[in-house]
Amino acid sequence: MHMDVAPNQVVRLVQLGEWEKALQSRAIWECVGCQTCSTRCPKEVDCAGVMDALREASLARGMAAADRYLVVAFQKIFLENIRRNGWLNELELIGQFKADVVLHTGRIPFLFKDAGLAPQLGKRKKLHLIPGKARDRGVVDRIFERCASERKA
Amino acid sequence: MSRIGVFTCWCGENIARTVDVDEVAKRAAELPGVRCSLNYKYMCADPGQAIVREKIVSEKLDGVVVASCSPHMHLKTFRKAAQAAGLNPYLVEMANIREQCSWVHHDRAQATAKAIEIIRLAVEKARNDAALQPIRVPVTRRALVIGGGVAGIQAALDIADAGHEVVMVEREPSIGGKMAGLSETFPTLDCSQCILTPRMVEVGQHPRIKLYSYSEVEKVEGFVGNFKITIRQKARYVDISKCTGCGECWNICPLKRNLSEFDYGMGMRPAIYIPFPQAVPARPVIDKSQCAKLIRNGCGLCEKKCKAEAINFKDEDRFVEEAVGAVVVATGYKLYSIAKSQPKTTLSGYGEYGYGKYKDVIDSLQFERLVSASGPTGGVLKRPSDGAIPKSVVFISCVGSRDNAKGLPYCSKICCMYTAKHTMLYKHKVHDGQAHVFYMDIRAGGKGYEEFVRRAIEQDGAQYYRGRVSKITQEGGRLVVRGADTLAGMPVTIEADMVVLAAAMRPADGIEELAQKLNIGYDEFGFLLESHPKLRPVETNTAGIFIAGACHSPKDIPEAVAQASAAASKVQVMLAADELTREPEIAAINEQTCAACFTCVRTCPYHAIERAELRTPRGAFIKNTARVNPGLCMGCGTCVSVCPSKSADLLGFTDQQVYAEVESLA
Amino acid sequence: MNIGYYPGCALHGSSNDYEQSLRACLSTLDVQLDEMKDWICCGATAAHSLNHKLSLALPARNLAVAERDGFKQLFAPCPLCSMQLLKAKKAVGDERVRKELSEIVEADVRGESEVLNLIQLFEKIGVERIKSAVKAPLKSITAACYYGCLLTRPPDVVHFDDFEQPTSMETLVAALGAKTVEWNYKTECCGAGMTMSNEQIVLELAHKILSNAAEHGANCLVVACPMCHVNLDMKQAAVERRFGKKLGMVVYYLSDLVGLALGLSAEQLGINRHFVTQA
Repeated sequence: MHMDVAPNQVVRLVQLGEWEKALQSRAIWECVGCQTCSTRCPKEVDCAGVMDALREASLARGMAAADRYLVVAFQKIFLENIRRNGWLNELELIGQFKADVVLHTGRIPFLFKDAGLAPQLGKRKKLHLIPGKARDRGVVDRIFERCASERKA
Repeated sequence: MSRIGVFTCWCGENIARTVDVDEVAKRAAELPGVRCSLNYKYMCADPGQAIVREKIVSEKLDGVVVASCSPHMHLKTFRKAAQAAGLNPYLVEMANIREQCSWVHHDRAQATAKAIEIIRLAVEKARNDAALQPIRVPVTRRALVIGGGVAGIQAALDIADAGHEVVMVEREPSIGGKMAGLSETFPTLDCSQCILTPRMVEVGQHPRIKLYSYSEVEKVEGFVGNFKITIRQKARYVDISKCTGCGECWNICPLKRNLSEFDYGMGMRPAIYIPFPQAVPARPVIDKSQCAKLIRNGCGLCEKKCKAEAINFKDEDRFVEEAVGAVVVATGYKLYSIAKSQPKTTLSGYGEYGYGKYKDVIDSLQFERLVSASGPTGGVLKRPSDGAIPKSVVFISCVGSRDNAKGLPYCSKICCMYTAKHTMLYKHKVHDGQAHVFYMDIRAGGKGYEEFVRRAIEQDGAQYYRGRVSKITQEGGRLVVRGADTLAGMPVTIEADMVVLAAAMRPADGIEELAQKLNIGYDEFGFLLESHPKLRPVETNTAGIFIAGACHSPKDIPEAVAQASAAASKVQVMLAADELTREPEIAAINEQTCAACFTCVRTCPYHAIERAELRTPRGAFIKNTARVNPGLCMGCGTCVSVCPSKSADLLGFTDQQVYAEVESLA
Repeated sequence: MNIGYYPGCALHGSSNDYEQSLRACLSTLDVQLDEMKDWICCGATAAHSLNHKLSLALPARNLAVAERDGFKQLFAPCPLCSMQLLKAKKAVGDERVRKELSEIVEADVRGESEVLNLIQLFEKIGVERIKSAVKAPLKSITAACYYGCLLTRPPDVVHFDDFEQPTSMETLVAALGAKTVEWNYKTECCGAGMTMSNEQIVLELAHKILSNAAEHGANCLVVACPMCHVNLDMKQAAVERRFGKKLGMVVYYLSDLVGLALGLSAEQLGINRHFVTQA
């Protein structure tokens, strides 16, 4: 199983006040956000929302599970990317993500993972070398500023 | 001039610890109208009551105030004592200086002062009390039982055995209810029909039970002791007085493939049919939506075959009136509808279980029919899709129950027990089969229940998983059940041949309309409301109407039977004499000043006020007026508050009395 | 018919074959896509995973700009975008939240525009109308309709189709003359945006989806989501390698099938730009 604690156990940890166990779990970063849990829950617990909240808190406290680094880094870099551009610049995202992972984990081969896809994407005209930036990116930057997470004690 | 006696109770330590009872008795003696005042340790005990009686006689008291506990506790006690001494019991008032004073305050001085004020109010009220007589209501000493399931049968037999006539109305063609369709019952594994059918026959043959089968209650009029019930006898198209139950008609009927209601769709029946062989009455009925003769004047074979000439295609619904004094509602339950379509917008179904999509996903009552010896497969467990014997069966608990998202937050109580029973029945029939149960909790609180569940697990090898099922799909010929076991913290996937869903219990169809006809309350789920959940579980807030069985709340057979006997005993109390007495603290309308606006008629929650006419002795019309029916009024006071001409008042709690109390505080 | 259009980052990025398909197909149906000026990223998975307020603010900004520019309806071909827009729309039903978000996004958010996914757009055009415009019934297509997660969930936000047993896509695909199959992974997640960061999960999930479709007799899948398409199409070779089996399932966008049935060519629709092109 991918998750170290099952989703219902994550909710249980929160109920018991076992914050560290919940925030340090791998489970919250394995979660793909498919919303099936919240849809099915007979008690109408928004389990997917709990996962979101734990992810936000986990990152803010620097407690994200170390072996899920790739997932955490990807989301962070994605957000930085759209903050800068107003929308996503895929090449920049991929480049930064790979560089970040290699720097953090030292796994140089990761730089070249799926490198073969690049020409395939290029052939299919799916690579945008000069994608442009959104006109409203100034507003986006200010929105990010206003939504900056406040670190709670 | 008033001669009130004030009797202050110590209630042991309960009052005396906080209230200075000597001071209270002294100050009470000074109140206007008080003739004597004393205190005693336990007024409600025999010696205490004797003091009250003695003082009433010796001091010629015309009113009594007992300063002690809540009237809920002992008002009846002191009224009886006063009556024994020759004083009208409605001239007795209680000043609650316990629940409303000594039990909620600490400061002795303040509590004592408050006790004195409370007594002052009570004395003022007593000074304005009028002697009242209990109301006598004539009683028709017959009872109506609505519903012929095990609860209705028990109630009817108890009342009839006590010597009163019972009218039983059952809307299906036969009595027996859901229990007649069960295979075996927990915790004894008795054959359900074997223990029920003797009772059914007793009802059918009882000299004092009049059974209206295939009938419904159409209208209810009247009030406690004096109900007039209109019953609709639905057209059977068979004259049951002529019919001998020989069976030629249903054997010859060519339209044999209609889904059987009794088998919950697991079997077929002809258009003319008897629901099951042990039916009471053992007479067939024709389904008019399926009979070729009734739809397009074809066929008619049964009529030709019937030697008793009992078939009557010209039959029509008939209306009958019955007079009764009491009603027991025992209309039972139905299962929650698992599939998407629901009878109410507050409910939703389980698309993820595939009920209605996969033939081998069935509910618990359908399973009962498949394992029942008298069922559509003769007691051989064959699965609906291909008749194969399932080697792996998954049972899922809490389908609909305890599910806020689906609209039913309550527990249906019986499913944990019958699911364990199902695994045992399954194992006894399919020795190499494996039962899997997905549960959230196991509720087995009755006598021998916990041991029963353990037997299923330890002796009959049922595998229990603590967790829910997320989805059921079909791969190849098998049902893939994906669930979880939270105790081990892992997902569990079972490939099953059949799945049985323990669906929630809901009250039977039409309960809300019936409750409105009877003017009794029901909750948001349709379950009928009792007067008090702890102390009055079989009475309703409408006098003369009692409830028993699953129409009140989900319950098992022992509880339904016990509740039915309880309701029957309440009925017997009511029917014990030719007259009922009711408390006289009801509304009264001054018909001279009444403006006949009839606001009270529209507002009264008990429909206890009628429109009447005042006429001269010779019959000339004087005026319209509202008039309270003393048999129905519950003394709630709503009419008093809405009456624009102040013509309505509450005896024993008149406006004058209340104002006197308030002014005495000034 | 003109309709407001919110492309989202994927459609203007490596899923531009989806946009090509949409434009070709919709213009044949006389539907003009009026792209919103000044749209910004909806926040995707990253925002709701890392910053709750941001995950409402970004789509709220888009709603406000759409309204400002007079768009009563907004077609969002990516279900993550449409779900986020609907979530923001629901959130601003609370006046306190609406005020706060309006301040953050520097525009008045009223949440009055209707948000449509691709299936809803086709339903608005009219299934009967599309059916009568079919020139080349898709007789060789036996499709497994794959909805993924966010077209039907969370049901109290998107209010679309039956979230356990949806049938809206099947209805449309059947109207094109194609056959559809009953299968068991219609709404099971494909791994969404984890393509790069958690490839193992994506491969496992995609493998189950593609295999089950094939086991139930489908010769192709049809999707209405760019992320699903990437995980099932671009990653199909990796799935085959990892699990050692040949799958060869073409993954069509829903607009591909509609376009083909209306007589457009694979080149016009950009189907030749998929990774898996032959069954």
